[in-house]
Amino acid sequence: MQQVTPIFKREFLGYFRSPVAYVFLVVFLMSAVGLAFFVGRFFDNGQASLESFFAFHPWIFLFLIPAVGMRLWSEEKRTGTVELLFTLPITTLEAVIGKYLAAWAFLCAAIALTFPMALTVGYLGDPDWGVIWASYLGSMLMAGSYLGVCSLTSALTKNQVISFVLSVIACLILVFLGWSVFSELLESFLPLFLADLLANFSFITHFEPFQRGVIDPSDLVFFLSLTAFTLFLNVVALER
Amino acid sequence: MIEVQNLSKSYGSKRAVNSVNFTVNRGDILGFLGPNGAGKSTTMKMITGFLRPTEGRATVGGVDVAVDPVAVKRQVGYLPESAPAYGEMTVLEFLEFIAESRGFRGAGRAAPIDRALRLTHLDSVKIQTIETLSKGFKQRVGFAQALLHDPDVLILDEPTDGLDPNQKNEVRALIKELAQEKAVVLSTHILEEVEAICTRIILISEGKVVVDETPAEFQARQPGARLDEIFASLTKSDV
Repeated sequence: MQQVTPIFKREFLGYFRSPVAYVFLVVFLMSAVGLAFFVGRFFDNGQASLESFFAFHPWIFLFLIPAVGMRLWSEEKRTGTVELLFTLPITTLEAVIGKYLAAWAFLCAAIALTFPMALTVGYLGDPDWGVIWASYLGSMLMAGSYLGVCSLTSALTKNQVISFVLSVIACLILVFLGWSVFSELLESFLPLFLADLLANFSFITHFEPFQRGVIDPSDLVFFLSLTAFTLFLNVVALER
Repeated sequence: MIEVQNLSKSYGSKRAVNSVNFTVNRGDILGFLGPNGAGKSTTMKMITGFLRPTEGRATVGGVDVAVDPVAVKRQVGYLPESAPAYGEMTVLEFLEFIAESRGFRGAGRAAPIDRALRLTHLDSVKIQTIETLSKGFKQRVGFAQALLHDPDVLILDEPTDGLDPNQKNEVRALIKELAQEKAVVLSTHILEEVEAICTRIILISEGKVVVDETPAEFQARQPGARLDEIFASLTKSDV
Protein backbone atom coordinates (compact mmCIF):
# COMPACT_ATOMS: atom_id res chain seq x y z
CA MET A 1 0.00 0.00 0.00
CA GLN A 2 3.02 2.30 0.21
CA GLN A 3 2.62 2.81 -3.53
CA VAL A 4 -0.43 4.93 -2.77
CA THR A 5 1.83 7.81 -1.67
CA PRO A 6 3.39 8.75 -5.03
CA ILE A 7 -0.01 8.50 -6.76
CA PHE A 8 -1.62 10.65 -4.10
CA LYS A 9 1.13 13.26 -4.28
CA ARG A 10 1.06 13.53 -8.05
CA GLU A 11 -2.70 13.76 -8.25
CA PHE A 12 -3.08 16.25 -5.42
CA LEU A 13 -0.36 18.57 -6.68
CA GLY A 14 -1.77 18.09 -10.18
CA TYR A 15 -4.83 20.13 -9.20
CA PHE A 16 -2.60 23.07 -8.38
CA ARG A 17 -0.43 22.68 -11.47
CA SER A 18 -3.43 23.46 -13.63
CA PRO A 19 -6.07 26.18 -13.24
CA VAL A 20 -8.61 23.52 -12.18
CA ALA A 21 -7.92 23.98 -8.47
CA TYR A 22 -8.25 27.75 -8.46
CA VAL A 23 -11.35 27.85 -10.63
CA PHE A 24 -12.96 25.19 -8.48
CA LEU A 25 -12.10 26.89 -5.21
CA VAL A 26 -13.42 30.26 -6.35
CA VAL A 27 -16.66 28.83 -7.76
CA PHE A 28 -17.22 26.60 -4.75
CA LEU A 29 -16.62 29.28 -2.15
CA MET A 30 -18.67 31.87 -4.01
CA SER A 31 -21.63 29.57 -4.53
CA ALA A 32 -21.52 28.06 -1.04
CA VAL A 33 -21.38 31.43 0.69
CA GLY A 34 -23.56 33.22 -1.87
CA LEU A 35 -26.40 30.70 -1.58
CA ALA A 36 -26.27 30.87 2.19
CA PHE A 37 -26.52 34.67 2.17
CA PHE A 38 -28.93 35.36 -0.65
CA VAL A 39 -31.10 32.25 -0.83
CA GLY A 40 -30.69 30.92 2.69
CA ARG A 41 -31.16 34.37 4.28
CA PHE A 42 -28.17 33.76 6.51
CA PHE A 43 -28.39 37.16 8.25
CA ASP A 44 -32.17 37.60 8.22
CA ASN A 45 -32.59 34.37 10.19
CA GLY A 46 -31.01 36.09 13.13
CA GLN A 47 -29.60 32.79 14.35
CA ALA A 48 -26.01 31.98 15.29
CA SER A 49 -25.97 28.79 13.24
CA LEU A 50 -24.64 27.57 9.91
CA GLU A 51 -27.79 25.66 9.07
CA SER A 52 -28.65 27.78 6.06
CA PHE A 53 -25.06 27.35 4.87
CA PHE A 54 -24.83 23.56 5.07
CA ALA A 55 -28.34 22.99 3.72
CA PHE A 56 -27.10 23.87 0.23
CA HIS A 57 -24.11 21.57 0.24
CA PRO A 58 -25.88 18.55 -1.32
CA TRP A 59 -27.00 20.79 -4.21
CA ILE A 60 -23.65 22.49 -4.76
CA PHE A 61 -21.83 19.14 -4.64
CA LEU A 62 -24.22 17.84 -7.25
CA PHE A 63 -22.52 19.94 -9.92
CA LEU A 64 -19.11 20.75 -8.52
CA ILE A 65 -17.94 17.30 -7.44
CA PRO A 66 -18.59 15.74 -10.87
CA ALA A 67 -16.45 18.59 -12.20
CA VAL A 68 -13.59 17.47 -9.96
CA GLY A 69 -14.20 13.75 -10.40
CA MET A 70 -14.70 13.65 -14.17
CA ARG A 71 -11.03 14.04 -14.91
CA LEU A 72 -9.80 11.37 -12.48
CA TRP A 73 -9.75 8.50 -14.98
CA SER A 74 -11.19 9.96 -18.20
CA GLU A 75 -8.21 12.27 -18.53
CA GLU A 76 -5.75 9.41 -18.04
CA LYS A 77 -7.54 7.36 -20.66
CA ARG A 78 -7.76 10.20 -23.16
CA THR A 79 -4.11 11.20 -22.94
CA GLY A 80 -2.87 7.60 -22.76
CA THR A 81 -1.12 8.09 -19.44
CA VAL A 82 -3.24 5.25 -18.09
CA GLU A 83 -0.87 2.97 -19.99
CA LEU A 84 2.05 4.54 -18.21
CA LEU A 85 0.35 4.32 -14.83
CA PHE A 86 -0.52 0.66 -15.16
CA THR A 87 2.91 -0.39 -16.35
CA LEU A 88 4.43 1.02 -13.18
CA PRO A 89 4.66 -1.50 -10.34
CA ILE A 90 1.33 -0.42 -8.88
CA THR A 91 -1.84 -2.41 -8.39
CA THR A 92 -5.16 -1.09 -9.66
CA LEU A 93 -6.43 -0.81 -6.10
CA GLU A 94 -3.46 1.33 -5.06
CA ALA A 95 -3.96 3.62 -8.03
CA VAL A 96 -7.70 3.97 -7.36
CA ILE A 97 -7.18 4.70 -3.67
CA GLY A 98 -4.31 7.12 -4.30
CA LYS A 99 -6.25 9.15 -6.84
CA TYR A 100 -9.45 9.06 -4.81
CA LEU A 101 -7.76 10.23 -1.61
CA ALA A 102 -6.03 13.04 -3.47
CA ALA A 103 -9.30 14.34 -4.89
CA TRP A 104 -11.02 13.93 -1.53
CA ALA A 105 -8.25 15.77 0.29
CA PHE A 106 -8.68 18.59 -2.21
CA LEU A 107 -12.44 18.70 -1.60
CA CYS A 108 -11.90 18.66 2.17
CA ALA A 109 -9.51 21.56 1.82
CA ALA A 110 -12.16 23.46 -0.16
CA ILE A 111 -14.79 22.77 2.49
CA ALA A 112 -12.37 23.76 5.27
CA LEU A 113 -11.75 27.06 3.50
CA THR A 114 -15.29 28.12 4.34
CA PHE A 115 -14.09 28.61 7.93
CA PRO A 116 -14.75 32.38 7.88
CA MET A 117 -18.47 31.51 7.93
CA ALA A 118 -17.96 29.69 11.22
CA LEU A 119 -15.84 32.53 12.56
CA THR A 120 -18.56 35.01 11.60
CA VAL A 121 -21.29 33.26 13.56
CA GLY A 122 -18.84 32.82 16.43
CA TYR A 123 -18.15 36.56 16.42
CA LEU A 124 -21.75 37.63 16.08
CA GLY A 125 -23.34 35.18 18.48
CA ASP A 126 -22.92 32.09 20.52
CA PRO A 127 -23.29 29.11 18.17
CA ASP A 128 -23.35 25.46 19.18
CA TRP A 129 -19.86 24.46 18.08
CA GLY A 130 -20.67 20.76 18.34
CA VAL A 131 -23.28 21.18 15.62
CA ILE A 132 -20.84 23.08 13.42
CA TRP A 133 -18.11 20.47 13.78
CA ALA A 134 -20.59 17.67 13.09
CA SER A 135 -21.86 19.51 10.01
CA TYR A 136 -18.35 19.91 8.67
CA LEU A 137 -17.68 16.22 9.26
CA GLY A 138 -20.92 15.26 7.55
CA SER A 139 -20.22 17.55 4.62
CA MET A 140 -16.75 16.05 4.08
CA LEU A 141 -18.06 12.49 4.32
CA MET A 142 -20.84 13.30 1.89
CA ALA A 143 -18.34 14.87 -0.49
CA GLY A 144 -16.39 11.61 -0.29
CA SER A 145 -19.42 9.60 -1.34
CA TYR A 146 -20.20 11.94 -4.24
CA LEU A 147 -16.60 11.61 -5.30
CA GLY A 148 -16.74 7.81 -5.17
CA VAL A 149 -19.65 7.87 -7.60
CA CYS A 150 -17.87 10.36 -9.87
CA SER A 151 -14.61 8.40 -9.83
CA LEU A 152 -16.52 5.32 -10.92
CA THR A 153 -18.31 7.02 -13.81
CA SER A 154 -15.03 8.60 -14.84
CA ALA A 155 -13.46 5.14 -15.14
CA LEU A 156 -16.19 4.09 -17.56
CA THR A 157 -15.36 6.52 -20.34
CA LYS A 158 -12.51 8.50 -21.81
CA ASN A 159 -14.82 11.37 -22.61
CA GLN A 160 -14.94 13.91 -19.80
CA VAL A 161 -18.27 15.36 -20.88
CA ILE A 162 -19.96 11.95 -20.77
CA SER A 163 -18.27 11.31 -17.45
CA PHE A 164 -19.62 14.61 -16.09
CA VAL A 165 -23.18 13.98 -17.28
CA LEU A 166 -23.23 10.42 -15.95
CA SER A 167 -21.92 11.63 -12.60
CA VAL A 168 -24.53 14.36 -12.31
CA ILE A 169 -27.34 11.94 -13.16
CA ALA A 170 -26.12 9.31 -10.69
CA CYS A 171 -25.70 11.89 -7.93
CA LEU A 172 -29.01 13.53 -8.82
CA ILE A 173 -30.80 10.24 -8.19
CA LEU A 174 -28.99 9.83 -4.89
CA VAL A 175 -30.02 13.34 -3.83
CA PHE A 176 -33.60 13.29 -5.11
CA LEU A 177 -34.54 10.10 -3.29
CA GLY A 178 -34.38 11.97 -0.01
CA TRP A 179 -35.49 15.45 -1.10
CA SER A 180 -38.77 16.14 0.72
CA VAL A 181 -40.60 17.25 -2.44
CA PHE A 182 -39.67 14.11 -4.30
CA SER A 183 -40.10 11.66 -1.42
CA GLU A 184 -43.63 12.97 -0.78
CA LEU A 185 -44.36 12.26 -4.40
CA LEU A 186 -43.04 8.73 -3.96
CA GLU A 187 -45.13 8.22 -0.84
CA SER A 188 -48.26 9.18 -2.75
CA PHE A 189 -48.12 6.06 -4.90
CA LEU A 190 -45.66 3.69 -3.20
CA PRO A 191 -46.21 1.87 0.10
CA LEU A 192 -44.68 3.87 2.92
CA PHE A 193 -42.04 1.29 3.80
CA LEU A 194 -40.82 1.21 0.19
CA ALA A 195 -40.67 4.98 -0.03
CA ASP A 196 -38.72 5.04 3.24
CA LEU A 197 -36.39 2.39 1.98
CA LEU A 198 -35.65 4.41 -1.16
CA ALA A 199 -35.19 7.58 0.88
CA ASN A 200 -32.57 5.71 2.87
CA PHE A 201 -30.34 5.67 -0.18
CA SER A 202 -30.23 9.43 -0.35
CA PHE A 203 -27.38 11.74 0.57
CA ILE A 204 -29.85 14.20 2.07
CA THR A 205 -31.43 11.68 4.44
CA HIS A 206 -28.05 10.84 5.89
CA PHE A 207 -26.64 14.35 5.87
CA GLU A 208 -29.53 15.90 7.84
CA PRO A 209 -28.63 14.33 11.23
CA PHE A 210 -25.13 15.82 10.94
CA GLN A 211 -26.67 19.26 10.40
CA ARG A 212 -28.50 18.84 13.70
CA GLY A 213 -25.27 17.81 15.40
CA VAL A 214 -26.13 14.13 15.55
CA ILE A 215 -23.38 11.73 14.49
CA ASP A 216 -25.30 8.51 13.99
CA PRO A 217 -23.21 5.38 13.23
CA SER A 218 -25.74 4.36 10.58
CA ASP A 219 -25.06 7.59 8.65
CA LEU A 220 -21.31 7.07 8.95
CA VAL A 221 -21.75 3.52 7.69
CA PHE A 222 -23.87 4.74 4.79
CA PHE A 223 -21.31 7.23 3.51
CA LEU A 224 -18.30 5.01 4.12
CA SER A 225 -19.87 1.89 2.62
CA LEU A 226 -21.17 3.78 -0.43
CA THR A 227 -17.65 5.12 -0.96
CA ALA A 228 -16.05 1.70 -0.52
CA PHE A 229 -18.58 0.10 -2.85
CA THR A 230 -18.09 2.64 -5.64
CA LEU A 231 -14.32 2.34 -5.34
CA PHE A 232 -14.59 -1.43 -5.54
CA LEU A 233 -16.63 -1.09 -8.73
CA ASN A 234 -14.06 1.43 -9.92
CA VAL A 235 -11.32 -1.20 -9.65
CA VAL A 236 -13.50 -3.72 -11.44
CA ALA A 237 -14.27 -1.23 -14.22
CA LEU A 238 -10.57 -0.51 -14.76
CA GLU A 239 -9.52 -4.15 -14.75
CA ARG A 240 -12.11 -5.49 -17.10
CA MET B 1 14.40 -12.96 -20.42
CA ILE B 2 11.09 -12.76 -22.26
CA GLU B 3 9.17 -15.85 -23.25
CA VAL B 4 5.94 -15.65 -25.16
CA GLN B 5 3.87 -18.78 -25.73
CA ASN B 6 0.73 -18.98 -27.84
CA LEU B 7 -0.10 -15.43 -26.89
CA SER B 8 -3.47 -14.37 -28.29
CA LYS B 9 -5.79 -11.42 -27.88
CA SER B 10 -9.30 -11.14 -29.21
CA TYR B 11 -11.53 -8.10 -29.30
CA GLY B 12 -14.98 -9.55 -29.75
CA SER B 13 -14.70 -11.80 -32.78
CA LYS B 14 -11.63 -10.05 -34.14
CA ARG B 15 -8.36 -11.76 -33.36
CA ALA B 16 -5.80 -8.98 -32.97
CA VAL B 17 -2.95 -11.28 -31.95
CA ASN B 18 -3.06 -14.91 -32.96
CA SER B 19 -0.93 -17.45 -31.14
CA VAL B 20 2.38 -15.62 -31.13
CA ASN B 21 5.53 -17.43 -29.92
CA PHE B 22 9.02 -16.07 -29.40
CA THR B 23 11.86 -15.78 -26.90
CA VAL B 24 14.13 -12.83 -26.26
CA ASN B 25 17.44 -13.32 -24.46
CA ARG B 26 19.76 -10.91 -22.73
CA GLY B 27 21.73 -8.99 -25.33
CA ASP B 28 19.06 -9.37 -27.99
CA ILE B 29 17.47 -6.43 -29.73
CA LEU B 30 14.30 -7.76 -31.22
CA GLY B 31 12.80 -5.69 -34.01
CA PHE B 32 9.06 -6.00 -34.23
CA LEU B 33 7.95 -5.27 -37.75
CA GLY B 34 4.59 -5.21 -39.37
CA PRO B 35 1.95 -3.05 -40.99
CA ASN B 36 -0.21 -0.80 -38.82
CA GLY B 37 -2.81 -2.79 -36.95
CA ALA B 38 -0.87 -6.05 -37.29
CA GLY B 39 -0.84 -6.56 -33.52
CA LYS B 40 2.61 -5.25 -32.59
CA SER B 41 1.46 -2.84 -29.90
CA THR B 42 -1.09 -5.29 -28.55
CA THR B 43 1.58 -7.96 -28.13
CA MET B 44 3.85 -5.51 -26.35
CA LYS B 45 1.06 -4.35 -24.07
CA MET B 46 0.38 -7.94 -23.08
CA ILE B 47 4.04 -8.52 -22.18
CA THR B 48 4.06 -5.42 -19.99
CA GLY B 49 0.94 -6.54 -18.17
CA PHE B 50 -1.19 -3.64 -19.38
CA LEU B 51 -3.52 -5.89 -21.36
CA ARG B 52 -4.64 -9.32 -20.31
CA PRO B 53 -4.10 -12.03 -22.93
CA THR B 54 -7.15 -13.95 -24.11
CA GLU B 55 -5.04 -17.07 -24.38
CA GLY B 56 -1.45 -18.14 -23.89
CA ARG B 57 1.10 -16.63 -21.59
CA ALA B 58 4.04 -14.28 -21.39
CA THR B 59 6.84 -14.56 -18.84
CA VAL B 60 9.52 -12.00 -18.06
CA GLY B 61 12.54 -13.20 -16.09
CA GLY B 62 10.65 -16.40 -15.33
CA VAL B 63 7.62 -14.58 -13.85
CA ASP B 64 4.26 -15.09 -15.48
CA VAL B 65 2.62 -11.73 -16.18
CA ALA B 66 -0.82 -13.10 -15.41
CA VAL B 67 0.33 -14.46 -12.03
CA ASP B 68 2.38 -11.56 -10.67
CA PRO B 69 1.99 -8.48 -12.88
CA VAL B 70 3.62 -6.13 -10.36
CA ALA B 71 6.82 -8.23 -10.25
CA VAL B 72 6.98 -8.13 -14.05
CA LYS B 73 6.35 -4.39 -14.13
CA ARG B 74 9.30 -3.89 -11.77
CA GLN B 75 11.67 -5.54 -14.26
CA VAL B 76 10.33 -3.87 -17.37
CA GLY B 77 10.90 -0.41 -18.75
CA TYR B 78 8.16 0.46 -21.20
CA LEU B 79 7.87 3.29 -23.66
CA PRO B 80 4.26 3.39 -24.86
CA GLU B 81 3.46 4.53 -28.37
CA SER B 82 3.61 8.34 -28.70
CA ALA B 83 5.16 8.57 -25.21
CA PRO B 84 2.26 9.74 -23.04
CA ALA B 85 3.16 11.85 -20.01
CA TYR B 86 1.46 14.19 -17.58
CA GLY B 87 1.74 17.41 -19.58
CA GLU B 88 1.26 19.81 -16.69
CA MET B 89 4.32 18.48 -14.85
CA THR B 90 7.87 19.57 -15.48
CA VAL B 91 10.30 16.94 -16.74
CA LEU B 92 11.92 16.78 -13.33
CA GLU B 93 8.62 16.49 -11.44
CA PHE B 94 7.52 13.76 -13.81
CA LEU B 95 10.71 11.76 -13.38
CA GLU B 96 10.51 12.22 -9.61
CA PHE B 97 7.03 10.74 -9.71
CA ILE B 98 8.25 7.79 -11.79
CA ALA B 99 11.24 7.30 -9.47
CA GLU B 100 8.99 7.29 -6.40
CA SER B 101 6.60 4.83 -7.99
CA ARG B 102 9.58 2.66 -8.85
CA GLY B 103 10.58 2.56 -5.19
CA PHE B 104 13.28 5.25 -5.09
CA ARG B 105 12.39 7.45 -2.14
CA GLY B 106 13.87 10.63 -0.73
CA ALA B 107 17.53 11.20 -1.49
CA GLY B 108 17.70 7.88 -3.36
CA ARG B 109 15.81 9.47 -6.25
CA ALA B 110 18.60 11.79 -7.34
CA ALA B 111 21.02 9.24 -8.81
CA PRO B 112 18.62 7.40 -11.14
CA ILE B 113 17.01 10.66 -12.25
CA ASP B 114 20.38 12.22 -13.05
CA ARG B 115 21.40 9.13 -14.97
CA ALA B 116 18.17 9.13 -17.00
CA LEU B 117 18.49 12.85 -17.74
CA ARG B 118 22.10 12.38 -18.83
CA LEU B 119 21.40 9.40 -21.09
CA THR B 120 18.55 11.16 -22.84
CA HIS B 121 20.11 14.67 -22.89
CA LEU B 122 17.18 16.28 -21.13
CA ASP B 123 19.18 18.36 -18.65
CA SER B 124 18.53 21.61 -20.50
CA VAL B 125 14.74 21.29 -20.37
CA LYS B 126 14.25 19.62 -17.00
CA ILE B 127 12.38 22.54 -15.45
CA GLN B 128 10.02 22.98 -18.42
CA THR B 129 6.53 21.57 -18.35
CA ILE B 130 6.21 18.59 -20.65
CA GLU B 131 3.34 20.06 -22.69
CA THR B 132 5.60 22.89 -23.84
CA LEU B 133 8.21 20.51 -25.26
CA SER B 134 8.65 19.56 -28.91
CA LYS B 135 7.77 16.07 -30.03
CA GLY B 136 11.37 14.94 -30.02
CA PHE B 137 11.84 16.04 -26.43
CA LYS B 138 8.57 14.43 -25.37
CA GLN B 139 9.74 11.19 -26.90
CA ARG B 140 12.95 11.46 -24.92
CA VAL B 141 11.00 12.08 -21.71
CA GLY B 142 9.21 8.80 -22.40
CA PHE B 143 12.57 7.19 -22.94
CA ALA B 144 13.98 8.61 -19.72
CA GLN B 145 10.96 7.30 -17.83
CA ALA B 146 11.43 3.82 -19.31
CA LEU B 147 15.09 3.42 -18.41
CA LEU B 148 15.08 5.28 -15.11
CA HIS B 149 15.18 2.14 -12.97
CA ASP B 150 17.80 0.47 -15.20
CA PRO B 151 15.46 -2.42 -16.08
CA ASP B 152 16.55 -5.79 -17.42
CA VAL B 153 13.92 -5.63 -20.10
CA LEU B 154 13.13 -2.66 -22.32
CA ILE B 155 9.98 -2.62 -24.39
CA LEU B 156 9.88 0.30 -26.77
CA ASP B 157 6.87 1.01 -28.95
CA GLU B 158 8.16 3.06 -31.89
CA PRO B 159 10.99 4.71 -29.98
CA THR B 160 12.18 6.85 -32.88
CA ASP B 161 8.76 8.06 -33.99
CA GLY B 162 8.72 11.81 -34.45
CA LEU B 163 12.45 12.31 -34.09
CA ASP B 164 14.66 14.07 -36.61
CA PRO B 165 17.44 12.05 -38.31
CA ASN B 166 20.09 13.12 -35.80
CA GLN B 167 17.94 12.24 -32.84
CA LYS B 168 17.09 8.92 -34.44
CA ASN B 169 20.73 8.03 -34.72
CA GLU B 170 21.32 9.08 -31.16
CA VAL B 171 18.45 6.95 -29.87
CA ARG B 172 19.66 3.98 -31.89
CA ALA B 173 23.14 4.33 -30.45
CA LEU B 174 21.64 4.52 -26.98
CA ILE B 175 19.55 1.40 -27.51
CA LYS B 176 22.55 -0.47 -28.82
CA GLU B 177 24.62 0.58 -25.85
CA LEU B 178 21.95 -0.33 -23.33
CA ALA B 179 21.16 -3.63 -24.97
CA GLN B 180 24.47 -5.19 -24.08
CA GLU B 181 23.14 -6.35 -20.75
CA LYS B 182 19.41 -6.13 -21.42
CA ALA B 183 16.73 -7.72 -23.49
CA VAL B 184 15.18 -5.15 -25.80
CA VAL B 185 12.01 -5.37 -27.86
CA LEU B 186 11.24 -2.49 -30.16
CA SER B 187 8.59 -1.97 -32.76
CA THR B 188 9.09 0.17 -35.79
CA HIS B 189 7.95 0.89 -39.32
CA ILE B 190 11.40 1.96 -40.34
CA LEU B 191 13.19 -0.89 -42.01
CA GLU B 192 16.62 0.71 -42.03
CA GLU B 193 16.34 0.90 -38.27
CA VAL B 194 15.99 -2.83 -38.03
CA GLU B 195 19.00 -3.26 -40.24
CA ALA B 196 21.00 -0.79 -38.18
CA ILE B 197 20.47 -2.13 -34.68
CA CYS B 198 18.37 -5.26 -34.40
CA THR B 199 19.85 -8.68 -33.83
CA ARG B 200 16.58 -10.34 -34.76
CA ILE B 201 13.51 -9.59 -36.79
CA ILE B 202 10.00 -10.69 -36.10
CA LEU B 203 7.54 -9.81 -38.78
CA ILE B 204 3.97 -9.89 -37.69
CA SER B 205 1.05 -9.73 -40.05
CA GLU B 206 -2.65 -10.06 -39.23
CA GLY B 207 -1.75 -11.07 -35.70
CA LYS B 208 0.56 -13.89 -36.71
CA VAL B 209 4.32 -14.23 -36.71
CA VAL B 210 5.33 -14.54 -40.37
CA VAL B 211 9.10 -14.28 -40.00
CA ASP B 212 11.46 -14.84 -37.06
CA GLU B 213 15.09 -14.61 -38.15
CA THR B 214 18.24 -12.47 -38.20
CA PRO B 215 18.41 -9.38 -40.43
CA ALA B 216 20.96 -11.19 -42.60
CA GLU B 217 18.59 -14.11 -43.16
CA PHE B 218 15.80 -11.69 -43.88
CA GLN B 219 17.90 -9.98 -46.51
CA ALA B 220 18.85 -13.36 -47.99
CA ARG B 221 15.21 -14.06 -48.84
CA GLN B 222 15.55 -11.91 -51.91
CA PRO B 223 19.21 -11.11 -52.43
CA GLY B 224 19.74 -7.63 -53.74
CA ALA B 225 16.20 -6.49 -52.99
CA ARG B 226 15.52 -3.58 -50.66
CA LEU B 227 14.10 -4.46 -47.27
CA ASP B 228 10.85 -2.70 -47.98
CA GLU B 229 10.33 -4.83 -51.07
CA ILE B 230 10.72 -7.98 -48.99
CA PHE B 231 8.42 -6.46 -46.39
CA ALA B 232 5.81 -5.72 -49.05
CA SER B 233 5.92 -9.21 -50.49
CA LEU B 234 5.51 -10.79 -47.07
CA THR B 235 2.64 -8.62 -45.89
CA LYS B 236 0.66 -8.38 -49.14
CA SER B 237 -2.37 -10.05 -47.60
CA ASP B 238 -2.64 -7.20 -45.11
CA VAL B 239 -2.98 -4.42 -47.64
